[in-house]
Amino acid sequence: MSADKKSSEPLFSKKNKKLITDPLTDNNPVTIQVLGICSALAITVQVNQAIVMSLSVLFVIIMGNLIVSLLRNLIPSRIRIIVQLLFVASLVIIVDQVLAAFLPDLSAKLSVFVGLIITNCIIMGRLEAFAMANKPWPSVLDGFGNGVGYGAILVLVAVFRELFGSGTLMGFPIFGNSLPGSESGLYQLGYQNNNLMILPPMALIIVGVIIWVQRARNKALIEEH
Amino acid sequence: MESTLDIFVKAIFSENMIFAYFLGMCSYLAVSKTVKTAVGLGAAVIFVLAVTVPVNFLLENYVLKAGALSWLGSEYEDLDLSFLAFIMFIAVVASIVQLVEMLVEKFAPALYGALGIFLPLIAVNCSILGGALFMQERQYSTIVDATAFSLGSGIGWFIAIVAIAAIREKLRYSNVPGPLRGLGITFIVTGLMGMAFMSFMGIKYGEEAPKEESAPVSSSMIKKSKEYNIK
Repeated sequence: MSADKKSSEPLFSKKNKKLITDPLTDNNPVTIQVLGICSALAITVQVNQAIVMSLSVLFVIIMGNLIVSLLRNLIPSRIRIIVQLLFVASLVIIVDQVLAAFLPDLSAKLSVFVGLIITNCIIMGRLEAFAMANKPWPSVLDGFGNGVGYGAILVLVAVFRELFGSGTLMGFPIFGNSLPGSESGLYQLGYQNNNLMILPPMALIIVGVIIWVQRARNKALIEEH
Repeated sequence: MESTLDIFVKAIFSENMIFAYFLGMCSYLAVSKTVKTAVGLGAAVIFVLAVTVPVNFLLENYVLKAGALSWLGSEYEDLDLSFLAFIMFIAVVASIVQLVEMLVEKFAPALYGALGIFLPLIAVNCSILGGALFMQERQYSTIVDATAFSLGSGIGWFIAIVAIAAIREKLRYSNVPGPLRGLGITFIVTGLMGMAFMSFMGIKYGEEAPKEESAPVSSSMIKKSKEYNIK
């Protein structure tokens, strides 16, 4: 069935491209659909963590969408939530084991938040809203688009928090050496890191500001209340 | 070792599920438009957390942990099933939510009327699975401590969602800039509430000094910023 669909419709038709680009802009999962904030913000203190987290979510959402979409006619609708949760949980176990094996330091820092990908609302939301009703290929694209849209916000927040909170990006010092006694760069002029940026509340405020900027640019997104 | 009371109070305030770890943000943002529904969802979260975390504690300590199966006989002593934790925890949460829903419907119809529609939502609430995973990571020594932690987390979540719902009800009458309306201002208000909640940090109830663990950034950062103030 999917074969003749492909022959009649190019792999990257306009509709399929829209599936990828929409979540990046006007239908972003984090800032517009309000999904997946749960496990996202706690790990945006450093850009590294945010990137690893985004890639993990990207993997889980693409694979999850693909599996559920392939099995969508076999899953009884009464127990679909539990079935979906089990697929996602198995995928997350794979991610967790791979991270623990190859990136043990980061895996320790991410701690419980890798496990919390299971209940990440983006994944359940996309499975429920898209993969249960669409063919495999569009579902993969949808998963890719939403995963990247989620990752983009995550990395953006992490860049602000790491740059202004610790003066580094990906662990490299940007503003010079901040060690007391041997300051260099901006720190010589009396610049200090803003420790508030590293505390959890600032993540919320940064996302609030991102939403503000996005909606100010596109008035159609403004809510009534 | 921290005292049980300490764990309880810490879970409510300084390590609040919402303000310190952002767990359960999805339903927190979606169901906080009116105080009434917020109270319903908050109560359901307290209830489910208080039931699932102790069950998962038993599962963790008698089935999953390295060597936890030794009660079956010496040949099971080296088994380590902890990689199965995620799938077991989520299965326990989903089935307990289902079970609780049926029991409540049968024996307490009034409560079911109040909580009913929220219970299915809760299986995918991050704070429930988060409670189980934090319990696993922090290695609480007794089931009493684990229950205190889960109750405290639930109450903290309840306080947070009821407070934001009350604020959002009032916000409707204020003149918020267009693009910030709705979601944006809710995020920022939550951030400000989080800062207020952080001032509870460092309250100690136990006799022994609490160990500085988890909340890795926050506690050390607070210390750092204090140093800066002195300078």
